[in-house]
Amino acid sequence: MASTPDKSQVNGAPAIHAEQLCRHYRMGETLIRAVDGVTLTVGAGEFVALLGSSGSGKSSVLNLIAGLDRPTSGSVIVQERDLAQLSREELARYRLHTVGMVFQSFNLIASMTLAENVELPMRFAEVDRGKRDGLAREALARVGLQARMNHRPSELSGGEQQRAALARALINRPQLLLADEPTGNLDSHTGTEIMNMVRDFNQQLGMTVVMVTHERALAERYAQRLIFLADGKLVGDEENSSVVVSAIAERGRL
Amino acid sequence: MKLPDLTELAMRNLRESLLRNSLTTIGISVGVASLVAMLSLGIGLQQLASRRLMKSGLFDTVVVTSRRDLRNFNREEERNGPAPGESRILDEPTRQEIERLPNVLEANPDIRFITELRFEDKPHLTTIAALPASGKSNDAFETMPGHFFSSETAPEAILQKTFAEELLGKTPKLGLDETNVKELAAPLLGKELTMRYAQREAAKSSSAGQSLVGAAYSVVSREQKLKIIGVADLDPESMRGPTRARVFLPLKLAESLHVMQPTDLREISRSAGDQPVYSSVNVRVKNPSHIQSVEDAVKKMGFNTFSILDASKSIQQFFKVLDVFLGIFGSLALAVAFIGIVNTLVMAILERRREIGIMKAIGASDSDVKKLFFAEAGAMGILGGVVGVALGWAIGQAINLGTNVYLKSQSFPPEHFWSVPWWLVAFALLFSFLVSLAAGLYPAGRAARLDPVQALRYE
Repeated sequence: MASTPDKSQVNGAPAIHAEQLCRHYRMGETLIRAVDGVTLTVGAGEFVALLGSSGSGKSSVLNLIAGLDRPTSGSVIVQERDLAQLSREELARYRLHTVGMVFQSFNLIASMTLAENVELPMRFAEVDRGKRDGLAREALARVGLQARMNHRPSELSGGEQQRAALARALINRPQLLLADEPTGNLDSHTGTEIMNMVRDFNQQLGMTVVMVTHERALAERYAQRLIFLADGKLVGDEENSSVVVSAIAERGRL
Repeated sequence: MKLPDLTELAMRNLRESLLRNSLTTIGISVGVASLVAMLSLGIGLQQLASRRLMKSGLFDTVVVTSRRDLRNFNREEERNGPAPGESRILDEPTRQEIERLPNVLEANPDIRFITELRFEDKPHLTTIAALPASGKSNDAFETMPGHFFSSETAPEAILQKTFAEELLGKTPKLGLDETNVKELAAPLLGKELTMRYAQREAAKSSSAGQSLVGAAYSVVSREQKLKIIGVADLDPESMRGPTRARVFLPLKLAESLHVMQPTDLREISRSAGDQPVYSSVNVRVKNPSHIQSVEDAVKKMGFNTFSILDASKSIQQFFKVLDVFLGIFGSLALAVAFIGIVNTLVMAILERRREIGIMKAIGASDSDVKKLFFAEAGAMGILGGVVGVALGWAIGQAINLGTNVYLKSQSFPPEHFWSVPWWLVAFALLFSFLVSLAAGLYPAGRAARLDPVQALRYE
C-alpha cells in the first residue's frame, strides 16, 4: 500500500486471462454448470464488475480467480501463472501474496480483535513479529479504524467491519482485489463509503479490482467495465462510459 | 507459519472453548497420572526387592564347592568334566588362590556342622555355621537385639529366632502374631551355651617313614563355652534352604576349633597334615556385576560354583513383566483420553468450519491449518502431561504415606516402595505429548482438507 505497484502492470499487460473456463459439479443426479466456457481478460489496474442474477455463476468465476476453487476445464492465468496447474501449497501462497478478498459477510474471525484479524495474513506470510504491529496499525488507520484496533468484530457496525476486512485484504500488498458483493449487507450510505475506498485503492495504488454484484447501478457508478453473466456463460462485456473518474478529485485524498 | 505464532494461535483457540478443552486436558492428566502411578509402583517395588536381595548378602556371593562333593547344576559340565574322584580338593591353599582372583573381596570357608548345644543342662541339636566379619552388614543383624561379634575369635554366639524359641521352650502358635524378638532376647542375652563337638586332631607323625601322613588323625570330644550376644529376627540364611543354620559363631573361632567336617572322612587319603579341607567356600565379589567373571574363573580352576545370579535374573524378568502389565493398565486411561482429544478436535472443526475457510481464503495453506490443530492437540498433551505427572506423584506419595502408617501400626519399619525417577517423568511427558499428537492426526488432516468455498458458503 505504501509503495505503488510497477507502472508496467498498470493499464498494460492483462492481469487476468480466463480461457474457456468451466466449473461443473454434481448435485445428486444433475450436473450443474456453474461456469460454462467463460473467456475474459482483465487488464492490470482495471476495475471490473461481474454482473448477473443469483446463480449466474459470477461468484464461482470470482472463486476461480481467487484460487479458492479449481476449474473443471479451461485455464485462469493470473500474472502469467495458470492457477489450474498450481499445487495446493502454491495456490495458498498465491492467495496469500497476490490476492486480497472481501466478502458480503465480512468474514472477520469473531474471537480476534481487529488488529489480530488484520495481523493474521502476516502470520501466514511469516512477516517479522516486530514489524507486524506497526503495519496492522497503519492499515487500520488507512481505513479510519485506529481507535477500534482492540475491539472485536461483534462490537462494530457492518461498515466498520467491512473496512477492517479491506484493511486485512490489503495487508500483504496484493496486486488483485476481489470483492464478492462487498456492500450487500450494508445500507446505501455505508456502502458508498466502502465503494469509495475500493475505488481509491484502484486509482491510487493501481490495484486491479474485480467486484461481483447484482446491482447494476453500483457497478455503473464505480467500474470501468461491466461483464454480464447468465447461466454460467458470458453474455455481455462493455466499457462503462458513465463512470465518474473525477470523483477522487472532488472528495480529496484519504 | 512459525512456531511462536502457532503456539499463540493454538493457546488462543484453546481459551476460546475453555470448558471443553479443560475437560479434555483433565482427561489426559488422569491418564498420565494413572500411568505414572502404576509404573512408579512397579519401579518402587523392584527397587525394594533389589535392596532386600542386596542386603541378604547373597547377591554378591558365589558358593564354590569341590566337584567331588556336590553335583553341579549343570549336567553337561558334569558329564564332560573330570570324574569326581580326580577333581581338585578345596583346601586352604586353594581358598587363598581364589581370594587372589580379580574382583574378589574375600573367600571364606563355609564351616557348618550339626552338633549338640547345652543350655541350662538341656541338650539341643542344631546346625551351626560360622560367619565372617563382613556378615555384619546382613539385613538380619541390622535391627537385632544385642550386637554382632565383638571380635573374629570371641567365644560368642548369635541365635536365630526359632532356636531362641526352642531354648525357652516356646513353640510359635500358628495364626497368632509372631513372638516379639525383643521379648525373646531379654532372658537369653549374656547367658552361656555349652557346645559339644568332635575335634579333628592331626596325629603326631612320630613313626618315621609313614607314607600316608594325612591319613593319621584322631577325633577328640571337646566342649566350648559360648556367650549369647544376639537374637536375629530375620533368617540371615533364608536363601540357603534345608542346610541353613540356627546358631552362628565367629569364623576365626570356628576355624580354630577344628571341628570334624563331613568331608574329612572322604579326604582321609589326600589331605596333607594340618591343612584344612572345606566342603564349600563362600566368595564375596566387589560388585554383583562381577559375579559372572568370578564364577567363570573359579570354574576354570576346576570347581563347581553357584550364585544367586540365575535366581535374580528370573526376578528381574518377573518385574519386567509386572512393569509391562502395570504400564498397560495405566495406558488404558490414556487411551480413553486419546479418544477425548479426537472428539474435542473434531467438534472444534465443526464449530470452526467457517474460521478455517476464512483462514484459507486469506492465504493459510493446508499445512498451516494442519499445524494449528496439531499445536492445539500438542498443547493439551503437554499441559495434561505436566498436571498428570504431578497428580501421579501426589497419588504415589499418598499411597506410600498411607501404607507406612499401616506398617507402623503393625510395628514394621517404614518402607519406601514408591519411586518416580526423572526418566519416568520425562517419559510420561513425552508419551502424553506423542499420544496427543497422534490423536490430532485425524482431525488435523480433516481440517486441512476442508474446501474453503464450501466452508464459506454457509453462515
